[in-house]
Amino acid sequence: MKRWALFIPFIIFVLLGFLLWRGLYLDPKDVPSALVNKSFPEFNLPTLVAGETKTQSSLQGDVHLVNVWGTWCISCKVEHPFLVKLAQQGVKIVGVNYKDENDPARQWLSELGNPYLYSVDDEAGTLSMDLGVTGAPETFFVDAKGVIRYKHQGPITQGNWAPLEKIWLGLIEEAKQGGQP
Amino acid sequence: MKTILFIFSVFYSLTGLAIVDGHEYIFADGNSQENQQKANLFRSLSEELRCPKCQNQNLADSNAMIAGDLRRELYQQVKAGGDEQSIIEFMVNRYGEFVLYRPKVNTMTYVLWFGPVALLLIALICLGFIVRKRKQVQQSTSQVLSGDQQKRLEELLGKDKGDGNV
Repeated sequence: MKRWALFIPFIIFVLLGFLLWRGLYLDPKDVPSALVNKSFPEFNLPTLVAGETKTQSSLQGDVHLVNVWGTWCISCKVEHPFLVKLAQQGVKIVGVNYKDENDPARQWLSELGNPYLYSVDDEAGTLSMDLGVTGAPETFFVDAKGVIRYKHQGPITQGNWAPLEKIWLGLIEEAKQGGQP
Repeated sequence: MKTILFIFSVFYSLTGLAIVDGHEYIFADGNSQENQQKANLFRSLSEELRCPKCQNQNLADSNAMIAGDLRRELYQQVKAGGDEQSIIEFMVNRYGEFVLYRPKVNTMTYVLWFGPVALLLIALICLGFIVRKRKQVQQSTSQVLSGDQQKRLEELLGKDKGDGNV
């Protein structure tokens, strides 16, 4: 056998080592969403505060963040102040009140501030199931055509907003260009 | 006591019962054969679908809220007569292929499906090479012995044999 062939096991070892080493730094909970690049699922739900009926077409025409939240969810409370701040900066956020009771949810919004244009009341969890939500909070980046472009799992905070803001600004830019004839 | 047993046996022969995670899911809409089939489908799917929130638990195993919701959804769909294919599609469309414990065969999963076979083949080929090499070495060394050496070897072996008899 040729001399170089003796190195084959070593090369395999190095490749395998690299693969496993990379694996150490991957987050196994980071599951790609099945809904990215698909239209926002159909829904027909009342809003929490005003009681109007909203459908998926309400999301079209502008870029939105769709944030799934509930008063039972501790991370949502952590996230909430930052969402209020984003809303003040002009980010359009739509809430999905996930498997929650109405009264505590309304109270939450009046006490902690309401960052949402509106929150739809998904008490049965049907919309959230269609969205593939596994737990709150989750945030969907929906473009002006009503297509989901990105999903963020877990709270959005000052610390992780920078890369998300890039996605957000990209969608805004795209919507502007799409709007011009 | 006998009447209770009788009622139980009649009841269970007419319904399909699946016990998953300590909960009883009863299928009693159709005839007993249909009910049993539905109960079996429910049980097998709840064992084969992975809880999307958990790293390694199926829907039957997990106590996560989402797993409970999906068990209920699965129960409703099986009860309504959904077949295995459409239910799996429903789940994959929402939660991705992550929920399948037996992933589909596609370009993303070729390594997963065929990697072990490929590794086994490589190992067998390597083994073949090594065995052939060894044989060649053995053959060549046996030819290396000169006439004298061969004689001495036989002498030694013969002596050994003799000693053994003593």
